[in-house]
Amino acid sequence: MREVAERTKVPRALYTDFPVGLSLGKPRDKQFQYEVLQAAFDLLEEPEGPVIREFPVSISSTGSEPLVCSLPPRMNTELHPAVDEAQGLKAAYDRAYQRNRRTSVGMKISAEQVPEALERFVRIVEGERWDEVGFPTRSMYGTVHDIRTYYEELACELAEGPIGPWATEEWFYDGTEAGQVILKARRAMRDSDADQSIWFGLAPAGRE
Amino acid sequence: MSVFGKDKSAMRKFSASVPLPEFGESSFNEPKPLNLAKVAIVTTAALYREGGDGFELGDSDYHYETLPRHARDLTLGHHSVNFDRGGFAADINVVYPIDRLEELAEDDIIGGVAEKHYAFAGNQSPTVSEIRLDTGPLCAKEMLKEGVDVVLLTGT
Repeated sequence: MREVAERTKVPRALYTDFPVGLSLGKPRDKQFQYEVLQAAFDLLEEPEGPVIREFPVSISSTGSEPLVCSLPPRMNTELHPAVDEAQGLKAAYDRAYQRNRRTSVGMKISAEQVPEALERFVRIVEGERWDEVGFPTRSMYGTVHDIRTYYEELACELAEGPIGPWATEEWFYDGTEAGQVILKARRAMRDSDADQSIWFGLAPAGRE
Repeated sequence: MSVFGKDKSAMRKFSASVPLPEFGESSFNEPKPLNLAKVAIVTTAALYREGGDGFELGDSDYHYETLPRHARDLTLGHHSVNFDRGGFAADINVVYPIDRLEELAEDDIIGGVAEKHYAFAGNQSPTVSEIRLDTGPLCAKEMLKEGVDVVLLTGT
């Protein structure tokens, strides 16, 4: 945020017109990351400050290539497609975890609990009250965080090609059964008596 | 309606209007040459090691986490739904370029990599007084104790 750096008189700042969450610009692109770091370190040569320099390359938040990421075929037709999908993707999640040795799933639930949590959202979509499907108080936001993170982490394992800005978020909400169920449950809660603080944060602001 | 995190115009309006403390002057100094300097990262991505307590939601968690140089089992504690977490899921270096620093040190472009790096939560109170008066100076003391010469701040 250039305005913040200017107003707080940061001694040396490299302004990068990149989407939020991408401080170095491009994941898995060492050369680009080196260029950003070099531009930042070049500021150390400046004799006077505060100084703000602009990195010459911008990255748009929109219009990146869609994520190419296959979804598993139906394995158990007795389950809701979202629950079946989440179960079918567990092996890919485990592989991503083994490879990276890290995960950001765990704010409210574990990876093993993702299918069960989705089943609760399915019940909301099918007409049950949001506060009677078994979510502990104030846990829904963190649960969706974990479901989305589960999908985003395994998507990075399965995807072909670069991971563009917001590509995993768009894939999750627009391309998976799980994302669709969460959006439908969010709309159902919005149209019921649920307080906005319960349902609004289940998807980025602006999503329907 | 556009998604907030993707709308640069809305983000700029937000950053121009966010309440900030006034600083009379900039703390500007001249560090030693980069190829002799020990470099540490301070990130606002709220990173913490897997299994740790992490960061609270809201703007009242001003503590920082210490990230050992070798640690890669890092969890992203930036929980906002309006934040693109895909980049970090694919490559921690896009937020926390620790591997890039190691490579720059091997090539003698920087003098060395600090043994300890630090993560704060980016969502802070409007005055940021807690970080300015408490955890910020404490973190700086830790880095001075280690002999850090240059701090790379990565905002998220």
